[in-house]
Amino acid sequence: MSNLLWTFDIVLCGSLVWLAWQTLATADLFKATVLFIIFGLIMALAWARLDAPDIALAETAIGAGLTGALLLSGLAAISQPGTRQQSIKLDREK
Amino acid sequence: MTTVTLYALCGVILFGIGFYGVIICRHLLRKVMALNLMGTGVFLILIALARRTPGDRPDPVPHAMVLTGIVVAVSATALALALLRRLHRETEIGDLPHDAK
Amino acid sequence: MSRLRKTELAKVGFGLIVAMIVTALGCAILALPGEESGLAGAVMLNLDQAGAKNPVTAVLLNFRGYDTLLEIAVLLLAVLGARALAVDESADDSEHFRSSINPVLIGFIRVIAPVMIIVAGYLLWVGGHAPGGAFQAGAVLASLGVLLVLADINWTQHLSDYSERILLTISLVVFLSVGLATMFNARNFLEFSPSTAKWCILLIEAVATVSIAVILLALFCCGKISNARKYHETTRGRVE
Repeated sequence: MSNLLWTFDIVLCGSLVWLAWQTLATADLFKATVLFIIFGLIMALAWARLDAPDIALAETAIGAGLTGALLLSGLAAISQPGTRQQSIKLDREK
Repeated sequence: MTTVTLYALCGVILFGIGFYGVIICRHLLRKVMALNLMGTGVFLILIALARRTPGDRPDPVPHAMVLTGIVVAVSATALALALLRRLHRETEIGDLPHDAK
Repeated sequence: MSRLRKTELAKVGFGLIVAMIVTALGCAILALPGEESGLAGAVMLNLDQAGAKNPVTAVLLNFRGYDTLLEIAVLLLAVLGARALAVDESADDSEHFRSSINPVLIGFIRVIAPVMIIVAGYLLWVGGHAPGGAFQAGAVLASLGVLLVLADINWTQHLSDYSERILLTISLVVFLSVGLATMFNARNFLEFSPSTAKWCILLIEAVATVSIAVILLALFCCGKISNARKYHETTRGRVE
């Protein structure tokens, strides 16, 4: 049982770090946002593992749900042309 | 090495990744996400350290502080995104300009 | 070419700095004592006077009420900022938007909306003695609001600008007045008496749930829930 929990903890921490890194390293911003939402959900698992059910609840609703919606709508807003019609290329990272 | 130190170290690494992203990433949306990662790292350290109590009930004070912190973080994110929207609307750029241009 | 090399160099250099910071912090964490009771003992000792059996709720609304009060003020400031930054966009492709809504989403909302409201009420009530509370309940209600915005269900059309402002500020006002009311009983600001603490906390939490939900929803809609539709007509479409 203890070994199983250890494996779970290590996999959880590893995936958190990997997701965080991928969020910043992925070239596509949309993909990065989705990875960030997944990161929030995995984070909720980590809170539950650390005996913090209050925070796990808040993280699922806020960290994964609302922040994700905010980021996606922000991403959609900046993927559209603004008021000044310029030829500056958006998303140079792509 | 206990579960507490494992998660606290994970929080430190997340903080580092976020810090790196805030400074190095060029796109502002990604900076916002990196800032959130930094915050999450700090929360993880706090909650992990709160679990070092002798009994099986963790220290509730850091829990309450992190709960407050999560809500403040989401409002800060929303404000940053509102700034980003406005910036994009006025100038059509989503990232900071390159230094030597 | 030299600029490229410069940025690469900056990346590596800063990566090294971050690695050093992370190592230092990691060493600091490994050096900490393995057992530390912190403030858990003090909280548990006073828990029966706090008016809430859930220690986290007791800390949030009683022992560290200032934090929560100021947090709500911060939320309000963020909404003010978002409101100031928002521009009135005129959207004219509302027909197109309406037709692009997935009917499955509307059916789903019909099923999930009552459940979400009940879950929010449950979380609010259960916060007194088990995990839950105003923030979680408010977040659930706010996500319901986001869903309604995405499905173009215009429930805010009868909400005047004035009543929206009341909804945004009411929790700060109630929190402050409860705090001031405690001062009339020869106590400090926000120092509840053990006999009334439960009802003070419940009142603050109930109002805070509504306010937090409205504030979070307003943050999603660029500061104003009544122009939610306008914004999402202009911003939708690209994400899918």
